[in-house]
Amino acid sequence: MDYRNTLTTCTYCGCGCNLFLESLDGRLTGTIPCKTGPVNEGKLCIKGWNVHQFVQSGKRLTKPLLRKNRKLEEVSWDEALDFIASRLKHIKAADGPDAVGFFASAKVTNEENYLMQKFARAAIGTNNVDHCARL
Amino acid sequence: MIDTIKQKISGLLSDASVKGVVALKTANGHVTPCVFQKEDDLDMLSLGDMQASGDTRYPLNKVLITIARQYPDDVFGVLVRGCDERGLYTLYRLNQLDPDKVVPIGFCCPEELAKACECKKPYPDDPVAGEKTKEIFQNRMEEIEGMDISKRFSFWMDQFSKCIKCYGCRNICSMCFCRECSLECEDLVSKGSLPVDIPVFHLTRAMHMADRCIDCGLCEEACPSDIPLRVLYKKTSRIMNAEFGFTSGIEKQEKSPLSMLGPAPDN
Repeated sequence: MDYRNTLTTCTYCGCGCNLFLESLDGRLTGTIPCKTGPVNEGKLCIKGWNVHQFVQSGKRLTKPLLRKNRKLEEVSWDEALDFIASRLKHIKAADGPDAVGFFASAKVTNEENYLMQKFARAAIGTNNVDHCARL
Repeated sequence: MIDTIKQKISGLLSDASVKGVVALKTANGHVTPCVFQKEDDLDMLSLGDMQASGDTRYPLNKVLITIARQYPDDVFGVLVRGCDERGLYTLYRLNQLDPDKVVPIGFCCPEELAKACECKKPYPDDPVAGEKTKEIFQNRMEEIEGMDISKRFSFWMDQFSKCIKCYGCRNICSMCFCRECSLECEDLVSKGSLPVDIPVFHLTRAMHMADRCIDCGLCEEACPSDIPLRVLYKKTSRIMNAEFGFTSGIEKQEKSPLSMLGPAPDN
């Protein structure tokens, strides 16, 4: 038997609430707010309370998909990344950087979101950056 | 006190009378619910007193239910205060835990914590450590009971209107184990909208807590809006006591009047 509570930070917004991800034998079983976390002091909002759910969601994409002949098909990471790079280059050259938009995610870390906006602004050259939590 | 409890847990683990002990540990500067399976780890044991007595209590019975559902044939120890033991008795009654598979390791709360909780039984029946202290008078409830009815009504409506509908009171509660919850039933509570339906949301929960709430206070501590939920459930519990002479979790074998069929009480 392997029961654990892993201390981590909620990904859903920038407040930085501390919580424990509760797991039993390698499967997530719940979220417990951390009472000694200075930000949230043992409290969470409804999103934080359910933050463990998306990890094991059956709806989660686990492999890259590429639309071919109007149908999504499973492809390798190499093929998916080659396609993204070539299309981004092509669109930027043909219509300018503002023809591209970047959507970040509430289900990744702050650092990963930072990289996403940095890539948008520095590599592509657009400020078209948005996030699913700002709906 | 903590050394006596360590010795007790150590004994249970060394003679393999339990598969593990659900308790608290201090790790990375935080108190965490955990399961001790090795005696060597007991250095990290915590009783949930970080800065003040009982300020880092966690729903250990809830952890035990999660584990027992996965390991129904194994025996587990669990660290209990008076409130946790009332919780265990209630969970036995509601068939969520098997008393033959649970070894409670009880300790008494100090007077300071008993006063802060206004606890009616700040000790388990058979404590391993600590001194039993007296029942504390329910000042907070008397204060609200003392208001006239219109003032009391507006007091509670004001409190309920602060709710951000996080469901934290339900989620932290060891007595809330139902797979389907009335608070997610769209006939009672509208879905996807705020502010929350008041007073229906809170009173639905209060009704469901009437013969379950063991007055541990974790709901109030988890509430981001500081709604005095504990006082609300103390009130429903007091009604149960006045009408039926029943208090949840005090007697190990006692059935809830709400789960019995029979003639109406004559009053």
